[in-house]
Amino acid sequence: MELNNFVKKRKIPLAWLLLTRQPLRILVAIAGIAFAGILMFMQLGFRDGLFDASVTVHKLFDADLVLISPRSKSSISMSGFPRRRLVQAMAQRDVVGTTAVNWNFLLWRNPENLSTRSILALGFEPSNPLLIDSEFERKAKTLKIKGRVLFDDLSRDEFGPISTWFNSGRIVETEVAGKRVRVSGIVSLGPSFGADGNLITSSETYLELSPGNPKGSIEIGLVRLKKGSDIEKVVRSLNLSLPSDVKVMSLKSFIDFEKNYWKSSTSIGFIFTLGAAMGFIVGCVIVYQILYSDVSDHLPEYATLMAMGYNLRSLLGVVAREGFILSIMGYIPAYVSGQVLYALVRSSTKLPVEMSFSRASIIFCLILFMCMGSALAAMKKLADADPAEIF
Amino acid sequence: MNYINNNTLTISSLNHWYGHGEMRRHVLQSISMEISPGEVVLLTGPSGCGKTTLLTLIGALRKVQDGDLKVFGKQLFGASRKTRQNLRKNIGMIFQGHNLLRCLTAEQNVQMGADLLNGFSYKSRRSQSREWLRAVGLEDHLSKLPHDLSGGQKQRVAIARALAARPKLLLADEPTSALDSSTGREIVDLLKKLALEQSCSVLMVTHDPRILDVADRLLRMEDGQILHSV
Repeated sequence: MELNNFVKKRKIPLAWLLLTRQPLRILVAIAGIAFAGILMFMQLGFRDGLFDASVTVHKLFDADLVLISPRSKSSISMSGFPRRRLVQAMAQRDVVGTTAVNWNFLLWRNPENLSTRSILALGFEPSNPLLIDSEFERKAKTLKIKGRVLFDDLSRDEFGPISTWFNSGRIVETEVAGKRVRVSGIVSLGPSFGADGNLITSSETYLELSPGNPKGSIEIGLVRLKKGSDIEKVVRSLNLSLPSDVKVMSLKSFIDFEKNYWKSSTSIGFIFTLGAAMGFIVGCVIVYQILYSDVSDHLPEYATLMAMGYNLRSLLGVVAREGFILSIMGYIPAYVSGQVLYALVRSSTKLPVEMSFSRASIIFCLILFMCMGSALAAMKKLADADPAEIF
Repeated sequence: MNYINNNTLTISSLNHWYGHGEMRRHVLQSISMEISPGEVVLLTGPSGCGKTTLLTLIGALRKVQDGDLKVFGKQLFGASRKTRQNLRKNIGMIFQGHNLLRCLTAEQNVQMGADLLNGFSYKSRRSQSREWLRAVGLEDHLSKLPHDLSGGQKQRVAIARALAARPKLLLADEPTSALDSSTGREIVDLLKKLALEQSCSVLMVTHDPRILDVADRLLRMEDGQILHSV
């Protein structure tokens, strides 16, 4: 019945023909929409990628709760708190283990060209768990020898071809903060917006590299709970029982805390959202221009159709369908280019810029909105189609 | 609907003005006329005498300001936009310029007319369109775009398009003005023949003295008034 109705109602695809019989115009339109779409994909992709990158290490921590100093604002400005607080936290019944982590930026010398660059260094007790990675425990054992570090092979290339050298069997030695270290293993963490690269070492080596660090002071305390513990409850009771020089939060809140810093305390979110908005506006102007001039050019034809007995609504439908077709035809190249550019960004910046389903659909909705809105504005011109004027 | 006992068109004391205040111009002055079903009426007169205005009023393209104007028995004075719009589906129009849709082929242009018919499948509307193009002698030019057709061929497509909606009244505004004399003659003969087969009345505005003989009746207009019937 439905199909039968469709066959009865089917008409000439006027919107499609109007567009496709003007190849130059539709090409300009598609290029414009795709350009706007690519701009939105890039800006929003960068924005989300930077936010995600700011927590690449955070996400890997083997912890249920995290202790930080209340003065810590973000991963690039971590303050210390007494290591004793972790021991005190052990008094809680649900706590099964803790790891003290030092976290600071140190200068890494590129062993190839000898230039130095700031790298994020993590120090911890190698016998304690740090990262959720089955391989990591084995690599951590190598840190028990003083002066050994694990290097993050996702660090930017400026730190030197460390993993290539290491994997080819070479002994890789360089300087960190002016002291000699040897790379004893490779890990994969990924750079963040704040840190171009990462290295992991033992607390002992860390203190050697960073002698100014106050004794017994750490930046992050990882706490592991018994399976099935009520995380929120433990967070509350620890916050009550521990002195106010530490803040206890769940790992998830810690990740959100970091992301939130980049979102609210920096201009990143604003800049990239503004960039995406610019893309949206440019797209609107282009589509509006195209549809408006299309309607203007065909005004006598629209008027003829009205004189033949087509009502205004069916003509508005034609313009709306033109907008819809343009949105689909513009979105596809935008999506494909977005994928290609994301891959390019990933390989050159090592930022985790991925095509997420939610972003892909948000941008499709924006493009659809852009095209339909422009079509709506162009429809006003249709009111000028006076069938009485065509005789 | 059954109009057998009705005139296709009845006009009595129709007036129309353009402009406002000082500039107001009385373009149609108490026009009265009738057209019976199947009749071919020609309307002549100097340009600016109001012929085209009369045509747009009959075609329900303009609001009637004063007087009686009934098409198929429907009063157009005070008729709503929607009524006028629906009425237009039963009135075929052929313009001075052919006014074909540039982006559609000859066949698709005719189908735009056929698509106005309710109750036919897409397939049947499509084959009807081809029938009409065959009737106007363009069966070999189905998929040509308007700019690949000659002036006479375009006007044939326009006739096919107007008739494809099966109108009961056909309004033509100088359909031959852009054509040479022999082509113009052919077009008018074709128009008359096809209209008669459909028992469709025709009101044609023309300047062309060579085609006056196709008319059942000849009306002459001057200064907004109909002078005499021949």
